[in-house]
Amino acid sequence: MIRFILRRLLSGVILIFVISTVAYLLLYLGGGDIARRILGQSATAATVAQKAHALGLDQPLFVQYGQWLSHAVTGSLGSSWFTSQPVTAAITSRLSVTLSLVIGATIISAIVSVILGVLAATRRGWVDRVVQIFTILGFAIPGFLVALALVTVFAIDLKIFKPTGFVQFATSPGGWAATVTLPIIALALGGIAGVTQQIRGSVIDALRQDYVRTLRSRGLSNTRVVYKHVLRNAGGPALAILAVQFVGLFGGAVIIEQIFAIPGLGQVAVIATTQGDIPLVMGLVVATAIIVVVVNLIIDLLQGFLNPKVRLS
Amino acid sequence: MTQAMPLQGPTLTVAEEERSARISLFRRLLKNPSGLVAMIFLALIVLSAILAGVITSADPNAASLQDVLAHASAAHPLGADSAGRDVLARLLYGSRFSLAGALVTLVVAAVIGVTSGLIAGYFGRWFDSVSSWVAGLVMALPGFVVLLAARAVLGPSMWLAMGIFGVLISPAFFRLVYASVSAVRNELYVDAARVSGLSDARIIARHIFTVVRAPIIIQAAMITGIAIAIQAGLEFLGLGDTNVPSWGSMLNDGFANIYKNPTLLLWPALAIALTSVALTLLANAMRDELERSSGSKKRRGATKRAQVLVEHELVVSHPDDARTEAALGEELLRITDLAVGYDQADGSVTTVVNDVSLVVRRGEVHGLIGESGSGKTQTAWSILRLLPDGGRVVGGSIFFEGKDLAKASEKEMTALRGKKIAYIPQEPMSNLDASFTIGSQLVEPMRVCLGLSKKEATARALQLLARVGIPNPERTFTAYPHEVSGGMAQRVLIAGAVSCNPDLLIADEPTTALDVTVQAEVLDLLRELQSELTMGVVLVTHNFGVVADLCDRVSVMRNGRIVETGPVRTIFAQPEHPYTQSLFEAILEDGDAREPLQDTPSVETIVLETIGKGASK
Repeated sequence: MIRFILRRLLSGVILIFVISTVAYLLLYLGGGDIARRILGQSATAATVAQKAHALGLDQPLFVQYGQWLSHAVTGSLGSSWFTSQPVTAAITSRLSVTLSLVIGATIISAIVSVILGVLAATRRGWVDRVVQIFTILGFAIPGFLVALALVTVFAIDLKIFKPTGFVQFATSPGGWAATVTLPIIALALGGIAGVTQQIRGSVIDALRQDYVRTLRSRGLSNTRVVYKHVLRNAGGPALAILAVQFVGLFGGAVIIEQIFAIPGLGQVAVIATTQGDIPLVMGLVVATAIIVVVVNLIIDLLQGFLNPKVRLS
Repeated sequence: MTQAMPLQGPTLTVAEEERSARISLFRRLLKNPSGLVAMIFLALIVLSAILAGVITSADPNAASLQDVLAHASAAHPLGADSAGRDVLARLLYGSRFSLAGALVTLVVAAVIGVTSGLIAGYFGRWFDSVSSWVAGLVMALPGFVVLLAARAVLGPSMWLAMGIFGVLISPAFFRLVYASVSAVRNELYVDAARVSGLSDARIIARHIFTVVRAPIIIQAAMITGIAIAIQAGLEFLGLGDTNVPSWGSMLNDGFANIYKNPTLLLWPALAIALTSVALTLLANAMRDELERSSGSKKRRGATKRAQVLVEHELVVSHPDDARTEAALGEELLRITDLAVGYDQADGSVTTVVNDVSLVVRRGEVHGLIGESGSGKTQTAWSILRLLPDGGRVVGGSIFFEGKDLAKASEKEMTALRGKKIAYIPQEPMSNLDASFTIGSQLVEPMRVCLGLSKKEATARALQLLARVGIPNPERTFTAYPHEVSGGMAQRVLIAGAVSCNPDLLIADEPTTALDVTVQAEVLDLLRELQSELTMGVVLVTHNFGVVADLCDRVSVMRNGRIVETGPVRTIFAQPEHPYTQSLFEAILEDGDAREPLQDTPSVETIVLETIGKGASK
């Protein structure tokens, strides 16, 4: 088991290294005259050269990258070109906000999709048809449109929730709930659609397996067999989809945070993107890569827990 | 010229076939309600994008201070936005850019994904592993974050952004094509084409591309929908090109003015949502139609079988001989005129078992023998009321302990199963849940049926494992199913079946999947347990050796009916029905009646081979 984790961690580190290298080369090679962009068109050539020297941009690319990497492994990702705030601080201060949205949406979509997927697979008939239509709509309609509809109806017309803002959970759990409910629903819908489809399909497959008949022949009720045995066997593929959704939600959160004016990573990302704040963009790419690796590691461990064959190989 | 003629001939017919296949899918889509609606809507969107300049004379980018946030009027049919620009014109010209942007994504993704998928799937080798690794890497990245990073460097170009998104989403095509191609690559007809001297390019074009074409079209519809949504998302964030009228930038403007004029939000939102939904519906409708075309063949086959079943056949019933008369016990199970049917998609019912009647007494083993598809397993499952999806008892009665199981509720059946009627399946490995230990699968039913504590049930499970001849019960108890051999797994299943002291045991070919030497041991075990617990047994088999070994009575089944029934000795000595006689002749020709491999060599050999392969892993 420990060897399994170590091997996964190693491949994760390699993945982060490859992504950050490629991202660094693309960002710094494609960035053009960065010092000129920071200072604007009115700056003199001398000040531009001075700025370039201060940022280390006059050195060869591989030297720059080596410096960046040696700092990165100690946890320092440089400073923003525009606010001079350390990148690590800018990201970590916003990370918890985005994570609370993304994790909330993942938990909700996991719970709702298990219920809907199992219902559709075991009841079939009209229940199945309604769930199918819902998943098609949930998949097709972009999450941010759902968010816009939710804001218009529940926050602006009905005034049940606040349209914008964010309250830390530690400050006021009630206030937190009031501000994150709509964003989490908007984020979760797409995930629910995808995971429900997966669970429905794999439960239908699992129900056809021989061992289901044998377990039922031993006097176990259908409900017990479905929720204990079938779901556990159907869980593997569903978890894999959930992991993909989780990573995808970080992209979705960028737009959702903008709509609800939530101060998360998404806002940092949009500002950094429009300004061309390369160190910050680079930091975001690295942070996302780390999250992807961690999430995949957790999913792998859960897969091992669900399926004893995975554990051994 | 003359040499080219014969080559051209077949090429033309293949092309024609392909065209007709495409046309028939298109025609079927026209008959599919959601497919038709989706296609009409998409056609309207495309038309309005092309004819934008004809439909409205307004300039989508012409700002006018007098018209800021104007309501609907003759000049502005849908009103004007915060800069006084005509909403209808922006909507129509916006659809141009949305569709064109999505097309860029689609083309980039298809070119990269399909070609790399074809190469990796067809030629394999190093390109296979490298491209699969890259595809995995690209899939792992959140696309939106990459798009933002690219925008930071490359500036606001919609075409570039959509092209990059095409690269990011190309693994969707790659995986699809790769999976289909590597599945087809080693098919015999592809080998045949290679042997007959066709070039790789030709084989790919003619044999492989036809396989993946339909899934690619479906995937393309999905990806177009996603691309439209992603583009709208970028524009909505204000990261797009401000000079280009687009649905996303209209959303942005509408959201900024949501308190002043909410309808500004409504039109672009509707356009995006409806287009995405239409594309998804179209993809789903195409998938449904493709699946239905393969399903309809199955239905045709089934109706043919139903017609065969209409023939009436004579049941030859032999009286008890001295041996079976002496052993007459309490009647456990009485099946009368049982019919089992499967509901078909068109509302009809296909029967697989007809007019089956049999009686099983305590302490008696009743064999059901017949070739595959004769309905013996269906009969066995209907006693447990565990027929597969769509199957049910459509006639007759199954009386057990004075209760008609054909009419019993699911709750009553759950109470009977395990405790009164137990079941031993055919294939040991697939009948154990691979995710749970063998022990937990034995303990759980005993706790439910017998109300034992965990400790008591564990002790009993260990006893049972020892009883069925498992050398190290503790180790097997904690093992997972894939860690034991097929013979061991079958013993575990037998232990599970008898764990709650059932009165009636349904054994469905309990030895078919086992090694010949193990078969004899398992038959011995069954015989011992049966007399120890004085159970009635329904034994399903296709092997006369097993019948001679274990059974008191036997019923010969064919095409869902019993054709001959009686005491084992009578049937072996004087088979009267021509079918029974033909079964015996088939065995006698090859000599040894107890050699299962010669009975139905093909199936047996395959099963034994698979077990052998499984064991050698």
